[in-house]
Amino acid sequence: MDVIINGKTHQVQTEDDTPLLWVIRDELGMTGTKYGCGIAQCGACTVLIDGQPTRSCVTPVGSVAGQNITTIEAVTEDAVGRRVVEAWVVHQVPQCGYCQSGQVMAATALLKQNPKPSEQEIASAMVNLCRCGTYNAIAAAVRQIAQG
Amino acid sequence: MNSLHDEFIPVSDLPEGRPANLSRRGFLGASLGALVLGVTLPGAGALAQNAATAAKSAPRVSAFLEIRTDGSVLLRSPFVEGGQGVSTAMAQIVGEELDVDPANFTVECAPPGSDYQVVGGRRFTGGSFSVRSSYETMRRVGASARQMLLQAAASRLKVPVASLSTEPGRVLHAASGRALGYGALAADAAALPVPEDVTLREDKDFRWIGKPVARLDVRGKSVGKAAYAIDMQVDGMLRAAVQHAPRLDLEPAAFTNEAEVKAMPGVHSIHRLPGAVAVVADRWWRARRAVETLQVTWTDAAPGTRRAMPSDFSSEGRRAQLAAAPGPGIAAETVRDAAATLEGAAKTVTATYDAPYLAHGQLEPPSALARFNDDGTLDLWLPNQAPEMFLARAAKAAGIPAEKIKIHSPMLGGFFGRHFIYETANPFPQAILLSKAVGRPVKLIWSREEEFLRDALRPMGFVRFRAGLDANGLPIALEAEAVGEGPRDRWFGRKPDAADGSAVEGISGKPYAIPSRRIAHVLVDDPAIIGFWRSVGHSMNDFFYETFFDEVADAGQQDPYDLRLQLLADKPRHKALLQAVGDLSGGWKRGPFTAPDDGKRARGVAMASPFGSEVATIAEVSLKDGAVAVHDVWVAIDPGRIVNPGIIEAQVNSAVALGLSSALLEEVVYAKGVPQARNFDGYPILPPDRMPRVHVRIVESGAPMGGIGEPGLPGVPPAVANAVAALTGQRIRSLPFSKMKFGDT
Ligand code: FES
Ligand code: FES
Repeated sequence: MDVIINGKTHQVQTEDDTPLLWVIRDELGMTGTKYGCGIAQCGACTVLIDGQPTRSCVTPVGSVAGQNITTIEAVTEDAVGRRVVEAWVVHQVPQCGYCQSGQVMAATALLKQNPKPSEQEIASAMVNLCRCGTYNAIAAAVRQIAQG
Repeated sequence: MNSLHDEFIPVSDLPEGRPANLSRRGFLGASLGALVLGVTLPGAGALAQNAATAAKSAPRVSAFLEIRTDGSVLLRSPFVEGGQGVSTAMAQIVGEELDVDPANFTVECAPPGSDYQVVGGRRFTGGSFSVRSSYETMRRVGASARQMLLQAAASRLKVPVASLSTEPGRVLHAASGRALGYGALAADAAALPVPEDVTLREDKDFRWIGKPVARLDVRGKSVGKAAYAIDMQVDGMLRAAVQHAPRLDLEPAAFTNEAEVKAMPGVHSIHRLPGAVAVVADRWWRARRAVETLQVTWTDAAPGTRRAMPSDFSSEGRRAQLAAAPGPGIAAETVRDAAATLEGAAKTVTATYDAPYLAHGQLEPPSALARFNDDGTLDLWLPNQAPEMFLARAAKAAGIPAEKIKIHSPMLGGFFGRHFIYETANPFPQAILLSKAVGRPVKLIWSREEEFLRDALRPMGFVRFRAGLDANGLPIALEAEAVGEGPRDRWFGRKPDAADGSAVEGISGKPYAIPSRRIAHVLVDDPAIIGFWRSVGHSMNDFFYETFFDEVADAGQQDPYDLRLQLLADKPRHKALLQAVGDLSGGWKRGPFTAPDDGKRARGVAMASPFGSEVATIAEVSLKDGAVAVHDVWVAIDPGRIVNPGIIEAQVNSAVALGLSSALLEEVVYAKGVPQARNFDGYPILPPDRMPRVHVRIVESGAPMGGIGEPGLPGVPPAVANAVAALTGQRIRSLPFSKMKFGDT
């Protein structure tokens, strides 16, 4: 089947019910998108599907054929994505960094859909887990863009 | 097939039994005489070593530093980066003396090698020990390299060394206005001997040490470029997944649907491993699906198997066992005669406390990639915090000499003590066996569910307290028995008749002037695989002690903050810190009081002395739907001296999150010898909406440098529990809070 990732069409040979995450990581060798839990609990695997933040670990690849998938590898190709990354650097957000691909994708999705989210909207969108507890830095970075 | 269980060497075979005390300082300067420093150019391969070391033993990779022609610097760090910021700290420390901006550094984790035994002659990343143990050594690495560059420049310019100076990245000859970049001098410098003596910069001249220098890894981690063990790929590699025996002592017997599984897409082969089965496939998802489809019957391990898990083991049963274990135990701290003082006390307070098993829950699931090469060597990529220790075990598992193994230590997707050598908790022996069996590189990933099944747990803790008060309500005696087993002696060997420091730390070593004390360890072996969990014994013991302290204060009708101040009257460092956190929080007030949002709130305070640093913590809480909401946490931390205040603040935030997570939510429950939760749905961790604001004040008292990664944690659970008690009158003596309902809302 054809899978469109970061604007490029890939021909993939796999079972329809293979999670998109493992197609991205194993089949296509793009390892920026992370595996944390596999059951939609943590958000480390967040990618954008037609702009919607989506947990790729529970998304069968067969269900997204033909849709536009954006992964962290392409985040800086987008103006909002670039601002998010810069805010992450300014606020020195990552610690171990493992959750951060998913966090950056979630923030990018939020800010593309809603350039000026309220505190409440930030809180309801930024729900990915971070075991290193970077939550305050994440909120500060998103807030800065929302207010900027 | 080999038994992996045999690959683990017994504790007594570990080098010298124990790597000193993981929790205490005392190694500074130990390895200065053996400094090896290399300044090489790519391709030049020339190493500069001092004669003494060169004669001793030639290290396999003997260079800390590589200065490239463009002036950028590669630093091979003795430490593993797992989010704690140690790579950036190393660049600051070396860069300060070398005179190179830390931003021009690339830092990677050095392979095993005698050069890197900078932690008191050993090497591990842990115990919040990296920076403080290696500070002088790494400064000397930088200063020596700078000296060699100056020397090289003097020869090149034909001027005396004394006429030269440096500015970041270059040597200057002020008299003639000439300058030479480090990159242009590196090759010459590498051929020079390492100077015997170097002068280190004065603290007042520091440009980068002590400053909030930006982390070197932040951008890469923000764009998905950081590569962890789980991301490693090599040509021709297959992927593997395992299904572990549900209970630790079971072995695979028969498969009932082997043919069906073999026929599944992508499956290469099915393997029996000690205590597990594995499927090797072309893709990990296919391997996982196949191995989980495999129907396995498990048999009991042979009688006498080491650390077999009893089939009736439960965490509830373990708690009852600890509660029933009689004292008096082995004393860890004895001051005067506490029992006699208690006899004569005007009032006594007793309580028992307990805390559950905890999982590490680092977000990167464990993995290992093994590749046997044609020349008989083995490359191994694996998450670890002590490359040499893993090397020794890998050699046993692979059946080849350690010299033939190359250990790669990628950055860790979460640290927290998960990546130490723990029997049965590390996937690399399985990856080695599988790669050997299939004759191709194999990357093994444990699913999150397998990780929850085989993680090494923070042990369960149980403490009996007894305190005596005088007629004025002041504590005059304290007895505590910490019951259970600590991870330090489990993995580094027991000394007969000595308490395990990791079982009592945080109950012993407290600064308060309570004139009679007896703190003891009652050892009860833990059937579970236990390990180091961020702040180790302190993670629960300071909760026990500091919460009981508030009970004692209440019994004596003393304010808990004021009583602490009073009992610290002759401990200026602690007293100043307690005042600092009071100040930071706008002045101590216990409450309950009415918050701006009209809700009722209260505050609690706690102190801790973990890993060479001192910490004072205040938390403010309210109740929401019968659960505890934490609004603000104020932390004053005194690590003596510091390297990067930005990283300290981030680490305190992180420690607050993990400490709060453990207090509010976390508990590994065992039933019938099996942990019940297998993913974050059954083992919730702190979500973003329960994260409090965190306010940090760093106090540099000038005391010997303490740790940073762990010390922020231990004060959080007791500060919050004490605040809840102030608000509701309910004492929390058993963690996590989620077991209780609070207030009447
Ligand atoms: S890996 Fe997808 S949500 Fe955790
Ligand atoms: S930065 Fe480590 S899990 Fe978020």
